[in-house]
Amino acid sequence: MKEPKQLSVSAIQNGTVIDHIPAKNLFKVIQILGLDHIDNQITFGTNLDSKKLGRKAIIKISNKFFEDEDINRIALVAPQAKLNIIRDYEVVEKKVVEVPDKIEGIAKCMNPKCISNHETVKTRFRVISKENVALKCLYCEKITNQENLLII
Amino acid sequence: MINKSLVSIDDLSTEEIIQILDLAAGFEKEPDRRLLDGKIVATLFFEPSTRTRLSFESAVSRLGGKIVGFTDAASSSVTKGETLNDTIKTVSNYCDLIVMRHPLEGSARFASEISRVPVINAGDGANQHPTQTLLDLYSIRKTQGTLNNLNVFLVGDLKYGRTVHSLMMAMARWKTTFNFISPEELKMPDEYKIYLDNIGLKYYEHTDFTDIISKADIIYMTRVQKERFSDPIEYEKVKNVYVLRNSMLKNTKPNLKILHPLPRVNEIHVDVDSNPKAYYFEQTLNGIFVRQAILCSILGLK
Repeated sequence: MKEPKQLSVSAIQNGTVIDHIPAKNLFKVIQILGLDHIDNQITFGTNLDSKKLGRKAIIKISNKFFEDEDINRIALVAPQAKLNIIRDYEVVEKKVVEVPDKIEGIAKCMNPKCISNHETVKTRFRVISKENVALKCLYCEKITNQENLLII
Repeated sequence: MINKSLVSIDDLSTEEIIQILDLAAGFEKEPDRRLLDGKIVATLFFEPSTRTRLSFESAVSRLGGKIVGFTDAASSSVTKGETLNDTIKTVSNYCDLIVMRHPLEGSARFASEISRVPVINAGDGANQHPTQTLLDLYSIRKTQGTLNNLNVFLVGDLKYGRTVHSLMMAMARWKTTFNFISPEELKMPDEYKIYLDNIGLKYYEHTDFTDIISKADIIYMTRVQKERFSDPIEYEKVKNVYVLRNSMLKNTKPNLKILHPLPRVNEIHVDVDSNPKAYYFEQTLNGIFVRQAILCSILGLK
């Protein structure tokens, strides 16, 4: 008897599963976490059906465990992301992401006259509101709100 | 604040502000002191500014320092396509301190991060101009004897005017009551009013420029600029409303002083100039003493 062919993102033994990523932001998450530069085995699926997000993406990274500080950097692009920490095929911990107090190098300042939009400057913001995200640029001191938020 | 850059008035603690004002009072008594002997100050003006640049250069000269720099981006290597990053890294090798004005917002903060020497922000676009705020505070304290519990009227363009925003935020440290007088289109932005609400300070908004100024200790006038109006008819309606005339000062308080960051166009009628309550030209003189104090504080010279 042949086993039925199966196309699915297979389970991992040890590592981290990041679920509920908006499908359109999958590659931004990969970029922000630097997953395109590591040697770990990574599988991902995208455009999966999701009641919450319409279309979601999921990433499974073998033998990789993130510090909260690192994982929170994806909060701007995947605010509803959920993390499952896997050890020996079992979920040993669940985490949600939290918008950090400071954002560096991820978002673009909406002020066209800001120096960060004219020179090679790593953007830096203080988060002044986490629910309806509002970022205050440390350079021009203008506020970029959720509607105008662009990810670099 | 030795060796610290001065980018934004918010960078200074209240104690540091008072220290600068006290030091400036010393320079007012004795302005010619050669404390900057052997020091070089670079004045980098990527956009022209007569008043601020001359004031800084005069302050440096009175202290015996030397000045290098340019007065206009057209006469600098910017025209060859040099980045601000490269200009600052280069110039910071030539001097002990940089004074910079640049049309882009946040440019001064950026420069302070990459410069080997401290940077004084002499205006970064519509963002900050901390030495103006300090000289405004000096003028207020000098004429009123205190910064506490004053009634300050801000008049004109309260929406875009960076000087009024910085002054308001700074004066809020001393329990000030604010009155905002402006056309509807140029009202004080909500973020500043929310700030005052949060710290429990009183403010009143008016569109009429009338007798209410009789309560003022300080009237701070600003220009209402035509280009700020989306509707030119709106500008025509208000352009002569926010003009201060000598006749309006009849019932004002004896201690009242009228301030203006200058240049003035028509918002203060020339008939006010001879009134002892007019203080805007003395205000510019104070700018020298305050800038002397700032230069010496940053370079650690006494």
